[in-house]
Amino acid sequence: MGEWVRIPLSSNYAAAYAAKDADVDVVAAYPITPQTTVVEKIAEFIANGELQAEMIHVESEHSALSACIGAASAGARVFTATSAQGLELMHELLYIASGLRLPIVMSIASRALSAPISIWGDYSDVMATRDSSWITIIASSAQEVYDSIIQAYKVAENPDVLLPVMVAYDGFLMSHTYEPVYVAKDRSTILEFVPKRKPLWNILDPDKPITVGAVGNPDWYYEFKYQQVVAIENSLNILKQVFEEFGKRFERNYSFIETYNMDGSDIAILTYGGLYGTVTEAVDIMKKRGLDVGAIKLRVFRPWPTEELIRILKNLKAVIVIDRAISFGAALEGPIAMEVLATISKKSLDTALHSYIASVGQRAVTEEDVMAMVENSTGLLKKGVSLTEKSIYWGVRQ
Amino acid sequence: MTLQIKRLASWREVPVGGAITQPGNSVNRPTGDWRVFKPIINQDKCVRCYLCWVYCPEPAIKIIDRPYKTSSGREWKITFEVDYDYCKGCGICVEECPVKAIDFVEEVK
Repeated sequence: MGEWVRIPLSSNYAAAYAAKDADVDVVAAYPITPQTTVVEKIAEFIANGELQAEMIHVESEHSALSACIGAASAGARVFTATSAQGLELMHELLYIASGLRLPIVMSIASRALSAPISIWGDYSDVMATRDSSWITIIASSAQEVYDSIIQAYKVAENPDVLLPVMVAYDGFLMSHTYEPVYVAKDRSTILEFVPKRKPLWNILDPDKPITVGAVGNPDWYYEFKYQQVVAIENSLNILKQVFEEFGKRFERNYSFIETYNMDGSDIAILTYGGLYGTVTEAVDIMKKRGLDVGAIKLRVFRPWPTEELIRILKNLKAVIVIDRAISFGAALEGPIAMEVLATISKKSLDTALHSYIASVGQRAVTEEDVMAMVENSTGLLKKGVSLTEKSIYWGVRQ
Repeated sequence: MTLQIKRLASWREVPVGGAITQPGNSVNRPTGDWRVFKPIINQDKCVRCYLCWVYCPEPAIKIIDRPYKTSSGREWKITFEVDYDYCKGCGICVEECPVKAIDFVEEVK
């Protein structure tokens, strides 16, 4: 439905186009490194009149999210973007945005954290926000970035959810590479799907004064946190509805998890972000060589899609999880691998789990690497290894 | 003495996001029991300058329409009183009073 134009966009520009087409009212962002070209493009849209929005250039990411919180409290549709250290500097505000139940949407070009200084990609920044009660979507293509941001507003602003959403994608490998993307020819196509929300009862309004950001003493704090538990649980259903409605309306289908070549495969590789593309390429090569291996893409990290994942894992002999972040000193140091392990345990599945860490700080991972991981895991399975004792640090020089 | 236990609201009942939706509801929360020292206004010394009323952060200084005649014969049309239900005993009024008309006395309970 609606008219679409196909243009070459980086994931950063796709994020900017999505913000424009969602007709955001306020964008607050720190304009310098580690900022990406997302906000440059938005500034351009505002300057040439394509978007009527207030652009607030602030002195830090801490202030950027603070300004977003203020604007969202007043009922504005708000967008911001950051990356790496910028997301870390926002950290305490992440909890305030979700605690105040503000439907802010943020795009993240996921990048490694210093030190040593790295401006390259991995998912250390996003994984560090795990417990902040933000709905977290990880995209694998520029089209998915655009579509996910549109979906994000519809989920975030749902009265049963009212939580902020971050849409993450690979720093550099996606943020600065160009792909063909369908964008709406006219913003009305998008706004019919995600109309501007009516101000809710908990919005700052001089005619109906309320206090936002009050103290929650030990008699009260816990109940507000439990409301968030329920809200993010509710978001599972709302996300599902929004994906279905989006698919019906625009004929581009999304879910919590995407799979590839699962029929006849008893081993699958689970990963997230742009690396999924490399994995599916490797799957194609292996298929040509007569080896069926499936690929699983985790698209929604929070809320964790337990049911959907169990449905896939229960048919598998083994799952290879490739993480692009390290949870230092954890029971299993791949952050997603640990969640997958918890999921397997929940239903006492006998699926083996092999955890790999790869492409940290954007160390190159090719199809050859993915195939070598499968070969390595096949060997481990023959030895009866149903769970890697520690995560396997793929490609680290010994 | 009867002990009153008030049931606190459940997570379903509290406003989303911890917003306070009834402005001015701090009157429902007496803070007088926070006090360790109690300000007592000496009506004879008080010159009705309003400074305690201006500085009180609570505000817990009441202006009462009640005339007062001092021992030296001066007549005032109003009287200042401390609202002990809300006075936290911060002592700012004691500090600011230009004629030292407010005593600060330790509460004995």
